[in-house]
Amino acid sequence: MIKSELVQRVAAQNPHLYQRDVENIVNAIFGEIVDALARGDRVELRGFGAFSVKNRPARTGRNPRTGAHVSVDKKHVPFFKTGKEMRERLNTTAEA
Amino acid sequence: MSGKTVTRADLCEVVYQKVGFSRTESAALVELVLKEITDCLERGETVKLSSFGSFVVRKKGQRIGRNPKTGKEVPIAPRRVMVFKPSAILKQQINAGPDGAGDGQAAPASPAPR
Repeated sequence: MIKSELVQRVAAQNPHLYQRDVENIVNAIFGEIVDALARGDRVELRGFGAFSVKNRPARTGRNPRTGAHVSVDKKHVPFFKTGKEMRERLNTTAEA
Repeated sequence: MSGKTVTRADLCEVVYQKVGFSRTESAALVELVLKEITDCLERGETVKLSSFGSFVVRKKGQRIGRNPKTGKEVPIAPRRVMVFKPSAILKQQINAGPDGAGDGQAAPASPAPR
């Protein structure tokens, strides 16, 4: 499922809304998650999972092809941990 | 890290302020969006959200694990797990975000305090 399909499904259940509005809602939700992570905040959605930002310190890496040393700058990476309920739901449904 | 945690309530508030539906309706819609994503994943389908990332369901086979405390071997049953693959845009925004280096508060133009 891609974003536009998500929008369609939500819109189908809310006939009084314009698809445009639903699109704005979906964008607002994920936009806020991105903004929160950029601020360094955590985003916790019970029953779904939690997004957080992890620090990766600078390190010296190697170019696997040439073996040359390259310095890798420190960076922040987004991290997602699946929520408990979500994990259970993935495993209670008939195994496909 | 400012260490704040954003929850459903905050997302509802943002939807309420940005899109302009009532608080009740905003809350219901946030819930519905999450439900649709969850249902999709439950069916084993991948969910791709452009400029955010994708959620993929992976099947793990059975393997032998070990209880780290007792050192006893325990079988780990086959199961399905969900992984999040952040998009390049998301990664970029996170590094452009609070600070290029260190953890100094660069205070991005944040909206009114919540």
